[in-house]
Amino acid sequence: MIKVDHVTKRFGAITAVDDVTFEVKAGERFALLGPNGAGKSTTIKMLTTLLRPTKGNMSLNQHDVVKNQDAARRSFGIVFQDPSVDTEMTAYENMQLHAVLYHVPSGQIDKRVKELLELVELWDRRDSLVKTYSGGMKRRLEIARGLLHHPKLLFLDEPTLGLDAQTRNLLWEYVQRLSREQNMTIFFTTHYMEEAEANASRIAFIDHGKIIAMGTAVELKKQTNTRSLEQAYLKMTGTKIRDEQVDPHDAWRERHRARSMR
Amino acid sequence: MRVLYILWLRQLKRYFRSKSRIVGSIGQPLLFLLALGYGLGSIYKRAGEGNYLHFLVPGIMIQTALFAAMFFGAMIIFDRQFGFLKETLVAPVSRLKIMLGGAIGGATTASIQGALVLVISFVLGYRPTRWAMIPVALLIMLVLSIAIACFSSGIGSFVEDMQGFQAINQFLVFPLYFLSGALYPLDNVPSWLRIVTEFNPISYAVDAMRWSLIGEAKFGIGKDLIALAITLIISMVFGALRFRRIEA
Ligand SMILES: Nc1ncnc2c1ncn2[C@@H]1O[C@H](COP(=O)(O)OP(=O)(O)O)[C@@H](O)[C@H]1O
Ligand SMILES: [Mg+2]
Repeated sequence: MIKVDHVTKRFGAITAVDDVTFEVKAGERFALLGPNGAGKSTTIKMLTTLLRPTKGNMSLNQHDVVKNQDAARRSFGIVFQDPSVDTEMTAYENMQLHAVLYHVPSGQIDKRVKELLELVELWDRRDSLVKTYSGGMKRRLEIARGLLHHPKLLFLDEPTLGLDAQTRNLLWEYVQRLSREQNMTIFFTTHYMEEAEANASRIAFIDHGKIIAMGTAVELKKQTNTRSLEQAYLKMTGTKIRDEQVDPHDAWRERHRARSMR
Repeated sequence: MRVLYILWLRQLKRYFRSKSRIVGSIGQPLLFLLALGYGLGSIYKRAGEGNYLHFLVPGIMIQTALFAAMFFGAMIIFDRQFGFLKETLVAPVSRLKIMLGGAIGGATTASIQGALVLVISFVLGYRPTRWAMIPVALLIMLVLSIAIACFSSGIGSFVEDMQGFQAINQFLVFPLYFLSGALYPLDNVPSWLRIVTEFNPISYAVDAMRWSLIGEAKFGIGKDLIALAITLIISMVFGALRFRRIEA
């Protein structure tokens, strides 16, 4: 379903992704784990046609992501790490726009939107402009939107970041069900090791843009001679804290958000 | 069609929800009509050119539509900064459609603003000589607006921030506007300047508007329409190519 072949991405002097190669088969739930700035989001952005790789090839569902963008885009859905809803529209309008963009049949839109907004408990607030939402509510809306249509392949980039335990549970239950009933391929990143252990059928560790280990949770623990995935992870990536270098757009957004919250 | 419609609708909703944009789109042309219309009207008459408001209103309509349509490019920059752009860029829809849906929406709001200018100028005493041609005038304004919105999405796709976008507005769009004959006749300009005005697409839009509303055309409506069509095609190709390459 996903093929990544010696892919490198540089931003000026920074090598965000460094000669990465891996494959994900249809129906797998694949977790990409690594410290801040390791290159997880950059990998996902390249796979989803938002960034062009500096070197190497990647394909989704046999479609080359660079040469055949339109076809590649027909294969997946995504929940981004960064905000991506229109805050000047209501939750319902955001959902409706997404449904149309993803060709959900007109007759099903209302039902699906209601189902998903109820799942994340935003149905009562559906007609409020998203700019009036709290951070957690916005995040829940992003999740609901990502699950609105049912693609063959779903990318989740730190989907549970900033969510309460209840919503995290709901999300993983829902994702597990999609994976089971529709054989949907799931590609996700997270900072919660227990989430990865519980939900991934296979895991890769990435650090400084390089994949340093890959396998099932059991295999990774065995390799490192540790008893939990967390220990295995720390053993491989070290315990030093990483400072994420900041993307200029994110920095702008942060400043803007800080200002508008005052 | 559904995709184009929903993206078009988004632009309309965002316009009608923004009080500052609505106030601005009425206030600015009103200021121009009053300041120029009354300020220069008597000079214009003394120069033997007739009723200045007659001449000015089609120009101010184009001005309003032009800068309002340019605003669509700024929307792309905002959408990128607020993150929403990603949502449309990864959707299983061709980037051409994404751009066109928004651009036609932006052009629609721009034309609404231009039409408002006409209503305002009625209040100020303006009377076009060819009432039946008003729909034609609005259509010409819409076509120019679509072309400009496509052009501005091309600019918004590769300019990183608003400062860069404003620079293009100031060093390209403003000069083109002033050299379009929208505010004053460009009959007695030096010949090199005349060449500039003759390669300026805005000149033809202004000319076509005057032809529709008061039956006066410098270049002739046929030439105007051909120039508009060429402008539309070039802008669309430019916008589509730039927008395709956008990264977020
Ligand atoms: N648009 C960009 N411009 C410059 N550097 C970037 C950009 N996006 C990401 N980076 C850098 O690339 C590296 C990897 O970032 P990212 O993929 O976001 O990490 P992760 O998602 O694993 O935390 C970081 O050093 C980050 O600062
Ligand atoms: Mg990330």
